[in-house]
Parts: sequence; C-alpha cells; structure tokens
Amino acid sequence: MTKDECKQVVLDIIADIAPDEDLSNVKPDVRLRDQLQLDSMDFLDIVMELRKRYNIEVPEAEYIQLASLDSSAEYLTPKFNALAAGKG
Amino acid sequence: MAYDWLKGTADEYDVIVIGSGLAGLTGANYLAKAGHKVLLLEHHHQFGGLATWFTRKGGHIFDISLHGFPSGMIKSCRKYWTKEIADSIVQLKDIRFVNPQMNVWTTFTREDYTRVLVEQFQLERTAVEKFYDHLRAMNFYDNNPETTGTMMERFFPGRADVHRLLMEPITYANGSTPEDPAITFGIVFSNFMGAGVFTFRGGSDSLIGKMVAELKQNGVEVRKKVLVEKILVEEQTGRKVACGIVAQGGRVIRAKAVLSNASIKNTIFRLAGAENFPADYIAAAEAVRINTSSCQVYFGIRKGERIPHIGDLVFTSAAPRYSSEELVDFHTTSRTFSVYYPETRPGSDRYTVVASLNGRYPDWKNLSDEDYAKHKQRLIEESLLALEKFIPEVRGKIDWMEAATPCTIEYYTTHINGTSFGTKFEGLKVSMDLSDRLPGLYHAGSVGIIMSGWLGAINYGVITANRIDKALYTAAKALIDANPR
Repeated sequence: MTKDECKQVVLDIIADIAPDEDLSNVKPDVRLRDQLQLDSMDFLDIVMELRKRYNIEVPEAEYIQLASLDSSAEYLTPKFNALAAGKG
Repeated sequence: MAYDWLKGTADEYDVIVIGSGLAGLTGANYLAKAGHKVLLLEHHHQFGGLATWFTRKGGHIFDISLHGFPSGMIKSCRKYWTKEIADSIVQLKDIRFVNPQMNVWTTFTREDYTRVLVEQFQLERTAVEKFYDHLRAMNFYDNNPETTGTMMERFFPGRADVHRLLMEPITYANGSTPEDPAITFGIVFSNFMGAGVFTFRGGSDSLIGKMVAELKQNGVEVRKKVLVEKILVEEQTGRKVACGIVAQGGRVIRAKAVLSNASIKNTIFRLAGAENFPADYIAAAEAVRINTSSCQVYFGIRKGERIPHIGDLVFTSAAPRYSSEELVDFHTTSRTFSVYYPETRPGSDRYTVVASLNGRYPDWKNLSDEDYAKHKQRLIEESLLALEKFIPEVRGKIDWMEAATPCTIEYYTTHINGTSFGTKFEGLKVSMDLSDRLPGLYHAGSVGIIMSGWLGAINYGVITANRIDKALYTAAKALIDANPR
C-alpha cells in the first residue's frame, strides 16, 4: 500500500463517522482537529474502525500519530504492509 | 409462584449486560451490531438507569436528567444508535445565570459565551480564545495533574465571578469541583462549548423507548425486573474468570463476557466479590472516592395553565460567591431550574419545572423518618420561593409537588451512597483496569467525572463494548488458529 492509499483509507473512515464534514479540501500536513469538527471520541472511532476493517491495532499511547493525514500515513503504511506481507 | 422474568432466555450468551443506563444500553447495541448474542438485564421495572422519568396523577411526566447535554450527542446517537434518534435532538437556546455576582442570559455557544465574557465581564477576547484552545487540546488519556481551580486562576487571575460562571454549570452537570483535575472540567466544558446545550424532543420516555426498540431490532434479549445477585466466577486454566451471572432466585446464565453498568463499587464489591481480585486492585478500588449526589424538586403545572418563558436552564443562587461546599450544603441556596415547556413533548400542552440541587448522601441518610419528611418539605418550599422570583403567580398553578433526595437515588439505582455523579477521577482507571484483573468482566458507567452525563455514558459504553468485541474476536481467532482445517 502507498502512503496516498493509506490517507484515502483514513479519509474513508472519517467520511463514515462524520458524514457532515466536507473532506474535499483536507490539508494532509495540518492537524485533522484544526480543520474538522473531530473530538477525542471521533479519533477513538477511527482506531476502532482500523481494527474492525483492517485488523490494525493502534495502542492508546500512539493515538497522537493519527493527528494529521501525513502523520497517519507515516505511521499506518508500514503496519498495512507488514500485515499484507504476513498474509502472503 | 412469582412470574419468571427470565422465562424464555437461553442458558448462554456471548455477552450479558447488567443494567440499562445509557452506557449499558449503548454497549449492548454496539455488541449486537458487531454480531454478538447479547442479554441485557435491568433490575428496575423501567429501562434507562438515571436517564429516566416518572408519571404522576394529573397527567404529569417528570424528566429526571434530561436537563441538557452537549451537541456531541447528535454525532454519538447517529454513530451508535439511529439517525431517527439523532434527528430528535434540538437546541435549548436560553441558559441563564442569576446570582449576586451576575445576571447572564446566553445560548451557551462558543460565540455567545465569548460575547458575555468580553462585553459583560470585560475580559480580553484573546485571553478567552486562549482558554478555549487550551481546553480543546485536552484528551482523556492525558496525564496532567493541574486542578481546575489552579487552571482558572492561571487564565483569569482574581476573577471569582468568571470562575463562577465557568464552574457552576459543570458542577451541576457532573459534580466536579475546583479541586478536581482540570481535565474533568476541560473535556465537559469543551463538549458544551461546541455548539451549545441540547435536549431530546419527545422526552426521556420517548428516547429510551426508541433505544429499547432498536436493541430488540438488533437481536438483543432485553429483560427488566431481573436483579443480578452475583457475577459467576470460575477458575479456568489456573486463573479466575467471570463467565456469567446468577440472578435473584438462583438462575445461572453463562456468557463469554459480562458488561456491568452497575456502579463500579457495586460491580467489584457486591457483584463480583473482593475475594476474586488481587489485593492491590481492591485497595485501589476502595480508595476510589464516590462523587456527591443530588436532590430534586418536581413541580407539575395544572392542565390548562400556562407559565411564561423564563429560560430553559436557570442557574440560581443566593450565595455571594461560588463555593463547591455551599453547592452541596444541606441548606444550599443554589439550584438549577430545568423548565420543560410543551415543545418538550410535541402534541402535549403541559409544563413541568424540575429544580436540581447538589447534595450529600450522609446529610439525608442519618435523619429520622420524621426529620427526613420535614426536610423534604423544606426543600420543596425553598425551591418554590426561589421559583416565585421568576414566576410570581406560579404557586397557584401547581397541582403536583414532590422531592427526591440522595436516598431516593440509592433506592432506585442501588448506587452506593446514592451517588448521581459516579466517582471522582481515580474511578476511571479502576473501571478500565477491571478486565485485566478479572478477565471476562468489564465496566461501563459513570466514573471519573468525564465518563458521566448522558454523552459521557454513551461514549463510555462504546469504548468498553469495543474492548469486549476485540477480546471476543481475539479469543475466537485463537480457537480457529489452534484447530485449523
């Protein structure tokens, strides 16, 4: 998985948990919280969906890694790729 | 023989939920939607826990805790319940503060609250914005020891009036004080500051009815009038695990996980039993401070009578300054009026007023029957006098008055010390650690101040249900991996 694909995964999840948000202009280098109406419960929802949809675990101490789309991609892409490699 | 309220239930479920407060209801719904077989048990004859109501002669319906919740409820109800439930949530636009230090009328939105702080309290706009930004950056998993009082003094030094305006509504919402960690204030205040105060159109009865219907739709077995006496604990592979419940009358029902929405102390000490936990955990659980409680006075306006619009939530006090001691004092003059106009229940033409006061359980528990009745009457009369300052002619329009105390809450919820606000902050860790200390047993309910209130309870139900779902999934996967075909 590429980092861009990974960003899309996160955006798709946000689109489901916050259907009223306009996600067409989300800046990848700006904190999601500073551009969208997301609270700490929404971040937990992102974490829950990553586990349910992709079997990716994000421990509580690492939630901070999901602050922006860029940091999410940096953090999650290796996890996705490790999972894919494990299956292959 | 008495009617068997468990008639027709299976002998085993994936998850048994004890208690139908908002955390229990929401946890049950989340787990059912994730595909688990769920049984929900409630000891009372009505679902909802403290999200409840009662009816009285004269056609009155009194809401206990509907008062007002943050806009986050809309998102949470849509995510974890239904769009229909979320769509019934509407804003309350008239929030008032009337005390010797101020007379404020606000929508309690960030924009309007800023207007009040800048224009009426003469604060610098940048100082107010800085305060909001600080609160908004807080997370429930942060570990900052600063107290709310210290934080307020840091942002608004020497401004007792500003501290009162900021603190008082939160003390009513969750029993928190300036001595509690700032996070308890910050999270709750930021939640409200988002877009204001909201309520559920249709009343508590309609909300709980919709939730229970949705649970049934999603396959949850829901039973009321079933008191759980014990959590079934057995030794499996050298370790104690929770594996079901024993209901009053002796019926045993097994489960892979138990989600207790009873209070955390009841869960550990009455339902599971201290003997089933390590000593250090029991010491931590014993040290958890129970939060204070509440008194309420209910006024029913006679059918056909009307009262003027005096606001939706009116915070009143005769105390010269804010004091968390005064707020819970047996003779407090601080009370909040929740005024329910006919719009609360569309199609109805009825009005009710509920006065809420904070209170301490020991003040009420130790009274003789005679004194208890006398002080309840005093509570009613004092609240009526305070209401007459806003609606002078109200006395003649009321045809039902009654009071509730921390003992009333204890009676209906079985909460230790009749708490209406759960526990102080340290209760959150004890609650979250429960399943590490006794595998199979989980807790969701009012703990740590931040997990209380309607929104806190719903969200905590989801957080805990997610952990159960994860544990059940991991266990099922381990079983499949161990027996490949």
